[in-house]
Amino acid sequence: MELFVATTVFGLYIGSAYAIAASGLVLTYATTRVFNLAHGAISMVMAFLYWQLRVSAGLPTLVAVALVVLVIAPLVGLLLERIMRGLGEAPVSVMLVVTIALFMGAIGIATQVWPNTIVRSVEFFFGYSSVEILGARVGYHYLLTIALAAVVAGALYVLLNRTKVGIAMRACVDNPELLEVYGIEARRVSRLSWMLGSMLAALGGVLLAAYTGLDYYSLTFLVIAAFAAAMLGRLRSLPLTYLGALFLGLGSAYIDSYLGVSPYVQVGLQTSLPTFLLFVVLLFVPQVRLRVGQVKGIVSARIPSAEQSVRAAAGVLGLGLVLVNLADGAQVQDLGVAVAYGMVMLSMVLLTGYGGYLSLAQFTFFGIGAATVAKLDTSSALAIVLAVLLATLAGALVALPVLRLTGLYLALATLAFGQLMDKLVFNAAFVFDANGSLPVQRVAPLGIDLSDDRVYVLGMLVVFLALGLLMLGVRRGPIGRLLLALRDSPQAAATLGLSHRWIRVAVFSAAAGVAGLAGAMLAGLEEIAAPGSFSTIASLPAILVAVVAGVTTVSGAMLGGVLLTVTLTSTGSTQGLLFLVLAVGAVLLARDPNGLVNLAFTRVRRLRPGTTTPEGGSHAAA
Amino acid sequence: MPLLEVKDVSVRFGGILAVDRTSFEVEAGSVTGLIGPNGAGKTTTFNVITGLQPPTSGEVWFDGHNVSRTQVDRRAKLGMARTFQRLEAFGSLTVRENITVARDIVAGPRSWFRNRHDPVVENLVDLVGLGPYAEVRADLLPTGVARLLELARALAVEPSLLLLDEPSSGLDEAETARFGALLSELAAAGTAILMVEHDMNLVFSVSHQIHVLEFGRIIASGTAAEIRVDPVVQAAYLGVGEASA
Repeated sequence: MELFVATTVFGLYIGSAYAIAASGLVLTYATTRVFNLAHGAISMVMAFLYWQLRVSAGLPTLVAVALVVLVIAPLVGLLLERIMRGLGEAPVSVMLVVTIALFMGAIGIATQVWPNTIVRSVEFFFGYSSVEILGARVGYHYLLTIALAAVVAGALYVLLNRTKVGIAMRACVDNPELLEVYGIEARRVSRLSWMLGSMLAALGGVLLAAYTGLDYYSLTFLVIAAFAAAMLGRLRSLPLTYLGALFLGLGSAYIDSYLGVSPYVQVGLQTSLPTFLLFVVLLFVPQVRLRVGQVKGIVSARIPSAEQSVRAAAGVLGLGLVLVNLADGAQVQDLGVAVAYGMVMLSMVLLTGYGGYLSLAQFTFFGIGAATVAKLDTSSALAIVLAVLLATLAGALVALPVLRLTGLYLALATLAFGQLMDKLVFNAAFVFDANGSLPVQRVAPLGIDLSDDRVYVLGMLVVFLALGLLMLGVRRGPIGRLLLALRDSPQAAATLGLSHRWIRVAVFSAAAGVAGLAGAMLAGLEEIAAPGSFSTIASLPAILVAVVAGVTTVSGAMLGGVLLTVTLTSTGSTQGLLFLVLAVGAVLLARDPNGLVNLAFTRVRRLRPGTTTPEGGSHAAA
Repeated sequence: MPLLEVKDVSVRFGGILAVDRTSFEVEAGSVTGLIGPNGAGKTTTFNVITGLQPPTSGEVWFDGHNVSRTQVDRRAKLGMARTFQRLEAFGSLTVRENITVARDIVAGPRSWFRNRHDPVVENLVDLVGLGPYAEVRADLLPTGVARLLELARALAVEPSLLLLDEPSSGLDEAETARFGALLSELAAAGTAILMVEHDMNLVFSVSHQIHVLEFGRIIASGTAAEIRVDPVVQAAYLGVGEASA
């Protein structure tokens, strides 16, 4: 009985903190249609700020909490409103890119302001003082959190059902234009919801910090639990969100106390419960309808002719030859990494640049490719073929369940999939051996000897260029046109009789296959595969790099490969700074994701006399 | 049997009833006008008919089928096409490509693996007078021209029911007159047209039947001559409508 009471109260504490954070997420999504992936990152930064005020500056707990939740958080909310303005109407990929940028930017800021040179922690409110309930000792902090969640739920209910602005908020879930008709300023509604959303993220973070501890990632990924809970309420219903959050909290507490399984399985189950629930709920979310009235026209870069592309490819190959021969051993490996990452970028050009969909787990498919060749342990080229097939299949498996849903749900499904793979597969003993890695044999296709790194890297470059040419070919034909049409206006395409569903599965699995190929080839170069190099967290900076370098062009993918190599191979505070720079770049460029390469091409073309671009800088070589 | 039947459709957004038990029919080969002040539920009604907005209650019948639960793209395959009040042209494609995409969709997946020449595309470009803009990207077009493009794109799927949402806004007087003549020709050739429009002259000159919506409800129905003199309409809408048209 004691154990049961203690476990239940603890579960309710976790669940209540989730509920507070999740209701903030639902509130902002419902009123502004911006799904804030950075919601957990805000909780994280706020928890660090709370530490700063409470522990570092020594303020009383109540003052520190009030400053963070009631003063700083609403100000941050106002800033967010400014950054997110109009994003609810933008294509889903643009909206997600901006929120991912905030996600990475928040981590970047935290690494700069609170470098992890010291261990920080905050105490539970009231320390360890507790009360006895049915024989179990229960901390006041837990009880306070449970009570606060109930108060928040009640207050939100009153706001949304009893006040004019709240009723308007609910109406604008379905039809924002109605606000104007009924004389309520949309900006006011969205400011209020961002301020409240940010306050709830802060409160959730502060309440959880004593339990999770202060690090950059655990609170940031709190967002997944909040997603899962919010998804149960179909991103609209606050009561269902509340229930979902409590269910998650209790579930994880009961697993902890009662399930007599090995510690590995237990930790796996516990940490993946929110992700698992998110995935299951996604499967059962009813049909989501297409929206009308989105702002269209991600401006596309100019497509080069077949002849131009072949010439450019030959030029790149020549440059590759020179570089490979100038580089020393380690540098050759780095070049190989850049080519492999370039291929990942290429998969994102197909998926995001042409298709308008976003995958938050492209590196998971990369990892599937690498793990496959490692497990097969053969020099036959069939290993790579199988790796690509498996990655493609995995892509289809992720895209199929969300067939009926919009791109937002697809993106969230990829995040859930990436997390599940991280926790249950890549870190499992049956995949990689005890020291967390596996040796990989380099392939010798058709008996060609690729044991020289230089030859192998050039081989990778040839594959990259062939894929690039293939993609440009597709882009020039009917399929390319259809993809762009679907990206620009899925609803108009639907009213012409085109279903986005199967096309999306096809594009998504093709992109997963390309990422898998990149993973398999890089594993062959490094002759080792280790899960650290393809965790979900690597996929997020990849998205920012793709946007900054240019996600619509093959040349952008090439630059992206180099930038991503620099970003992912740097460490600690340097990496944090790079995240921050990328985040700022992505926020600035998200609305024109043709990126830096496009800007450069446009500038060069302007400098040449007589070759003006009347369409205002939307042209570039691809 | 009418081609389209809207039966007792209601749509509720939160606490607001945007469409309130609306019923009307559209006959093949006729032009039907849907008029009313902003927020009367005209575009929402269009969304219900094409499947972009599920109705809270009521049914939509098309060509003898109950399509109330049919997907947007399936309804299109049955013969519906529409334009949008807030433009939905494929912004990163040229005018010609916009129309070609619609033709590719009609031709089906087997035709997607090579570029082919479709004479219908050129005919449509000429029909709506888009010749000078054929190679211009759709997101750079002036509003009026973009509306013509949406019309051409909708016609490219050879619909039996064409839904036009404020097609003439952005057109000048001469263009509107030419546009009205085109609508009459299309109707004469057998296409049913349902049109939301603020230009009363256009609506009155081409519509065989007009329905007036206010606060989601049909307050009057009839021919142009009947609607013009209807006292309820006069009071509710026309005074305002003509001033702004």
